Amino acid sequence: MSQHTAHIEEHRDDEASKLGMWLFIFTELLLFGGLFLVYSIFRMQYPVEFRECSLELSVTIGAINTVVLLFSSMTVAMSMTAIQKNDMKKALLYIGVTLFCAAIFLVNKYFEWSGKFHHGLYPGSELMTHLDRGHHLYFSLYFFMTGLHALHIIIGMTLLFVCYFKVRKNTIHSQDYVLLENSALYWHLVDLIWIFLFPLMYLIS
Amino acid sequence: MANNTTHTIEYQSLSKTLLILLFLTFVTISIASVQLGAFTLAVALLIACVKSFIVLSHFMHLKYESLLLRILVAMVFVLFALIVAITFIDYAFR
Repeated sequence: MSQHTAHIEEHRDDEASKLGMWLFIFTELLLFGGLFLVYSIFRMQYPVEFRECSLELSVTIGAINTVVLLFSSMTVAMSMTAIQKNDMKKALLYIGVTLFCAAIFLVNKYFEWSGKFHHGLYPGSELMTHLDRGHHLYFSLYFFMTGLHALHIIIGMTLLFVCYFKVRKNTIHSQDYVLLENSALYWHLVDLIWIFLFPLMYLIS
Repeated sequence: MANNTTHTIEYQSLSKTLLILLFLTFVTISIASVQLGAFTLAVALLIACVKSFIVLSHFMHLKYESLLLRILVAMVFVLFALIVAITFIDYAFR
């Protein structure tokens, strides 16, 4: 027996798993799309109330969070470039920076929300239930939409954490990086939603 | 065997994309303080659409994906536009 080379068939289809990720992203887009639709109908009915409530939000914090998310979207895309170029150190660095940005976003969100909570403004609070319909609707949508978005940030962070350790363990490398690619797609989705949330919630004139 | 066919986007091109997105964010914020009436919302939404197009095509590298995937993504947005249009027509005529 000589020259016996084992031929191992690898069952992998990166195109298919990427397509699967996109199909999931479609459902996410329609989930948030539905919420944006509810928002626009009520904003048409209560334009003055929505304007008044949006003044309660800090445009500065919103703008900082927008910049942070856009920047993190770039760094996660750069981690993909690094992996493709077989530069593990840079890939780890860029995933790390993305995670750091995500943490900054959540800390800002925490301060924003706890400020509202201190004024007695949270879903189901006494103040909330005594607001008139327009104000009540705005803040309900505000808490639900930004809350659901923040949940997506946490899920995205978890995925990127997993990718970080897999890159370190060398199970994600320049020949097999579809998990990082799909996690990056998810992270861009989070960014995409915020692109619409920011002007619609914070900048009403 | 090359299973991955994803196009590699250079660092420089990614940072240029970010600069454009940051500029558009700046425009969105500065326009909000100018009183343009109903126009303000239209402009804000238009800029948001341009920004999301840039994110989809560059960061999510749809620009380099297969035609099938690009059509699928476009169809989702067409579907959403239809849902919005039909809902608004419903509200306008009830």
